[in-house]
Amino acid sequence: MLAALFVGFAALLVVTSLMVVLHKNPVTSALFLVLAFCSLAGIYLLLRAEFLGMVQIVVYAGAIMVLFLFVIMYLNLQHDVETGLQIAVRRGIGWFVGVLMLLTGAALLKRGWALGPANEVLPGAEQGNVAAIGRVLYSRYLFPFEITSILLLVAMIGVIVIARGRSRAHAAGGGAGGGA
Amino acid sequence: MAALWSIPAVQAATWAFVKAMIILNGMLGVVSYLIYAERKICGHIQARTGPNRVGPLGLLQPIADVLKLLFKEEFVPASANKVIFFIAPILAVFPAIVTFAVIPMGPPPMFVVTDINVGLLLFLAMSSLGVYAITLGGWASNNKYALLGGLRSSAQMISYELAMGLSTIPVLLKSGTLSLVGIVDRQAGWYQVIGPLWLPNWGIFHWYLVLPFVIFLITAFAETNRAPFDLPEAEGELVAGFHTEYSSMKWALFFLGEYMNMIVISSIAVTLFFGGWHGPGLFFGTNGWLSEGPPWMGLVWYLVKLGALMFFFIWVRWTFPRLRYDQLMGFGWKVLLPASIVNVLIAALWLYAREVM
Repeated sequence: MLAALFVGFAALLVVTSLMVVLHKNPVTSALFLVLAFCSLAGIYLLLRAEFLGMVQIVVYAGAIMVLFLFVIMYLNLQHDVETGLQIAVRRGIGWFVGVLMLLTGAALLKRGWALGPANEVLPGAEQGNVAAIGRVLYSRYLFPFEITSILLLVAMIGVIVIARGRSRAHAAGGGAGGGA
Repeated sequence: MAALWSIPAVQAATWAFVKAMIILNGMLGVVSYLIYAERKICGHIQARTGPNRVGPLGLLQPIADVLKLLFKEEFVPASANKVIFFIAPILAVFPAIVTFAVIPMGPPPMFVVTDINVGLLLFLAMSSLGVYAITLGGWASNNKYALLGGLRSSAQMISYELAMGLSTIPVLLKSGTLSLVGIVDRQAGWYQVIGPLWLPNWGIFHWYLVLPFVIFLITAFAETNRAPFDLPEAEGELVAGFHTEYSSMKWALFFLGEYMNMIVISSIAVTLFFGGWHGPGLFFGTNGWLSEGPPWMGLVWYLVKLGALMFFFIWVRWTFPRLRYDQLMGFGWKVLLPASIVNVLIAALWLYAREVM
């Protein structure tokens, strides 16, 4: 049962990831990326990482991809019709990186997978891993956790400052209209 | 056959399937009569009678409405993105139906489809996926009014989702679990407020959960795109918003999705703040009036609370005028979000102080 579900989710993940790259319409590509995130969440659930799976959907599929879609719709991107030298150079780089990745993958596969110790008793399996993650995050990893939040705060304030400065300059240049 | 039935997984899957079928089909009936109820209530609020021609008291009106929708022409704009135009209405209904899998409608195991330990997160995940239906529907129609409606809705729903998620945290702090069945279990029984005053141990009767409930309710209106937050379909400025180009059953699916989302979000509010299926057993109490009743009594209490909240939803829609767009965004980011963060702090400090003392 679990194996069948895994094959289903994995196949979906591979197919949708390929479609993200291969489809020509940017909006359709973004939608396939959403589907890829959802099938990844399914694989997390099969690994009994239910918190990670749900957060994957909330954060990536529900918030980040909506913003992506928003931007794509605003820019009104059409089909990729660029031609000329630039596209040839880009294709060359693409082929080079692709072959490199394929070789790395083959080399890794040849070594065989180390599955690690068979740990059937997961920590906090009966009450779920939400409590376990919370406990570790707020004790052992408290410092990196707080530093990350400060980093995000700095980024957020930076964006606000930049946006405010631009709109003020715009208002001053426009003449009419109120201030900030 | 008997051997197959003896496997617990097969039994669980079969029961889950049967319950899902009952919920799915029941919900279609409930939604069509909810629309009837909305039209009746709105009629009486505006000093009219509402639908009263088809059947006694107009009770067959939903059937007539559905038949009308089925026989209407399926229209697809010439330059629309056909596939996404087709998928968007399905996406409007799908998240709402999935969320029903974790809502406890009565005492487990009979009235709960499945109890997972991240039930509330599943609800938040599904409500965040609900944005796609409206955004994509608006974009795929290739109509400027529809696109503006879709963009408005995605901005609105992302903004209000944050406040909604934060407003549930005090409940989680109190109950210590993300499982919806667990949250309901923590609200059983009675508790002494002051002196002779005893109240049910529901979330709403704890002072530090009142403001979170108000914030949750306000964001619920925004998440379901109901008035006074129905800017994605503001008729005065956007024709009909994101579903301008939709007709027939595709349009009906958007409508179905809106009402199903209303039911889902009200159910979550009942679960988090109104004790879910808990309530005094009255005549059927096993140990007097105030004790718990038999299991079906739980279902009745759940439905009564849900009905009251649904009535509130409809009442608000026909009472308040629509907000202006910048007011809506300002209210979400500058009022609701800070208020819910302060709330988390207050609830955490109070619970900690009570534990220490």
